[in-house]
Amino acid sequence: MTDRAGRHAAARDPAETLILPAQQRVLGDGAGLPEPPARPAAGRHANGNGKGGAAGPDTAASVREPAAAEPQEVAPAADQRPWSADGASKLRLVWVYPDLLSTYGDRGNLLVLCRRARLRGIEVEATEVNSDQRVPAHGDIYLLGGGEDLPQILAAKRLSNDGGLEAAVGRGAVVFAVCAGYQLVGHRFGGVEGEPVSGLGLLDITSGRGERRGVGELVADADPALGLPRLSGFENHQGVTTIGPGARPLATLTHGVGNGDGTEGAYAGKVLGTYMHGPALARNPGLADLLLSWAAGPLPPLDPADEQWAARLRAERLDHVS
Amino acid sequence: MSKLPLRARVATSVSGAAGRVSRLAGRGDGSVIGGVLGLRIEPELLRLLAVGRQVVLVTGTNGKTTTTRLVSAALGALGQEVATNAFGANMEAGLASALGRSPDAPYAVLETDERYLPAVIDATKPRAVVLLNLSRDQMDRAAEIWLTARRWRRALGAAADCVVVANADDPLIAWAASTAPRVCWVAAGQRWHEDSWCCPECGSHLRRDELGWRCGECGFARPSARWVLSGDTVVDDTGQVRELALSLPGRANASNAVMALAVASYFGVGVDQALPLLRNVKSVAGRYTQVERQGKLVRLLLAKNPAGWLEAFDVLAPKPVPVLLAVNAQGPDGRDTSWLWDVDYRILIGRRVLVSGERGTDLAVRLEADQVPFEVVSGIDDAVSRINGDELDVLANYTAFQQIRALLGRAQ
Repeated sequence: MTDRAGRHAAARDPAETLILPAQQRVLGDGAGLPEPPARPAAGRHANGNGKGGAAGPDTAASVREPAAAEPQEVAPAADQRPWSADGASKLRLVWVYPDLLSTYGDRGNLLVLCRRARLRGIEVEATEVNSDQRVPAHGDIYLLGGGEDLPQILAAKRLSNDGGLEAAVGRGAVVFAVCAGYQLVGHRFGGVEGEPVSGLGLLDITSGRGERRGVGELVADADPALGLPRLSGFENHQGVTTIGPGARPLATLTHGVGNGDGTEGAYAGKVLGTYMHGPALARNPGLADLLLSWAAGPLPPLDPADEQWAARLRAERLDHVS
Repeated sequence: MSKLPLRARVATSVSGAAGRVSRLAGRGDGSVIGGVLGLRIEPELLRLLAVGRQVVLVTGTNGKTTTTRLVSAALGALGQEVATNAFGANMEAGLASALGRSPDAPYAVLETDERYLPAVIDATKPRAVVLLNLSRDQMDRAAEIWLTARRWRRALGAAADCVVVANADDPLIAWAASTAPRVCWVAAGQRWHEDSWCCPECGSHLRRDELGWRCGECGFARPSARWVLSGDTVVDDTGQVRELALSLPGRANASNAVMALAVASYFGVGVDQALPLLRNVKSVAGRYTQVERQGKLVRLLLAKNPAGWLEAFDVLAPKPVPVLLAVNAQGPDGRDTSWLWDVDYRILIGRRVLVSGERGTDLAVRLEADQVPFEVVSGIDDAVSRINGDELDVLANYTAFQQIRALLGRAQ
């Protein structure tokens, strides 16, 4: 694991080394674990530079275009694959502030993305950045988890001062934000006593505190433009979110509370947020692949054997609610 | 008993009868239903039943039932009856029921649900409150743990004539206890750090080293401890070192034992007197029980949340002894299985992992992400029949544990 951190620090920007103290936890890509079976290489990479960013609309405002629902293409020959093992083109996943924003299973989203990328032969570098560290601006996918009120407020302040996440979004990075993280990428959210607190304004949404807590299973039909199957999750929040003209609802609810107006989550460009808390991607592999494709271009399908447990879990949960 | 008002006497005898009926009907161990009826007749029952007794309250996310048992065992050295809710019925009704069953016991050691601690402190005027640890647990029904700690601070700040025995290694516990007039700090250890990366006082990132934890910004830091758990030894408040050598396995139980020894010393029971009594405790409410099934030895472990699973992995039999992991998500378990993703399962690689329970599929997806090979089985008997050796560890969360225990017969 540490050699992964070391390589990360040495690979590019020397200044980077300064913000990677030993305390920063870096997930090795399977150090000490059996290697996943070999898979076909990733699909054609649209911008060819291995840094992602071509598949979805570029800015948070360009929401009238449907986001990234390209059909999956056949994998090209292995020598064309963009995510080679030479260290020059890894998919960089950044988990933002797990010390503040990680209440219940948030690590799951990182693990699911890592697994689904690696099964396609994409090399992954996953970094956890704590709140006393700088947020690197060169990541490909940023994850923000859930949190209690005070940590959420503190995270919003620190991220705003840090500027790394905003710079990354400006570069076209993907953001997947859950629950408290979803609220804080918007313009405002409700503080400890419900008072408005400034968010990062990366997504055109405004949140406040609702009358009562929404706790339980959530089922929603995704925006058809995203080409996703039905979403299944668990929510546990007291937020109410209004979506502005610069963003679109992620989905329409069939069960649960979501944004509070019959919709659930929101997205614009490659910034996507949801009230499905914790390991939302474990039950929604299609959504995980959408995020990966926004960063890495079209993906080949996985072997059905690698999908069987997630498929069974989805079926169980959807069946339970209906 | 005679000092109770008439209504309270009626309430306790009715609740005792209800408890007996419940046990006879096979509906449970009778520890809650009696208390519920009693409290309905006399809402002040818990307060009345606690009057004149020396009460110890034990709370925290993990280790409540075991520590309650250990403290009761140690106070046994005083030679007088100790009232206790030994079966984990830890809300007001269960507490009233425990006191009602032992009307003449001068001592009471009561496991108390985290959420009810302020109300129970108010009702029972305890001589000691034991704070073990706080970590994420059943988020769908429990309050966020920082809010729990904040409520404790108010209640403990107002508790007179009470010593708080608190784990100094858990930052949230230290913060909660720091309002109390009198605290006995115990360095009982903390392996689960996922809920204490940040300062409970100001929210900044906490720094940790071998000496403990400290906030770089507001200066809130680990209090210095009078009792210390060091490996398998306890250092008492006079500096004397003794080996614990418990029958209960694992580091978590060593931690529980040191907390119990610190409490016992406040009641005049010294370490040399208490330790042999703690060593006699071999199983707690079915946990750590060994049962024979199909000629094989099955050992039962209960853990309900990620911190508990981390500690439970620590007490598994050495590899390659297989383990059955069983997960449900009924009301008492919490209906949200997200916590499964907070546990690192890679430590299980090298032993056979079997999976069952109503939410076994959730666990299967989780294990797959950690690249831990597993087999989904239909239940305990299927698991036992599949293993090759003659030993199986079973780790289950609450209702999954109760189901397996019921199936295996309530061997204790």
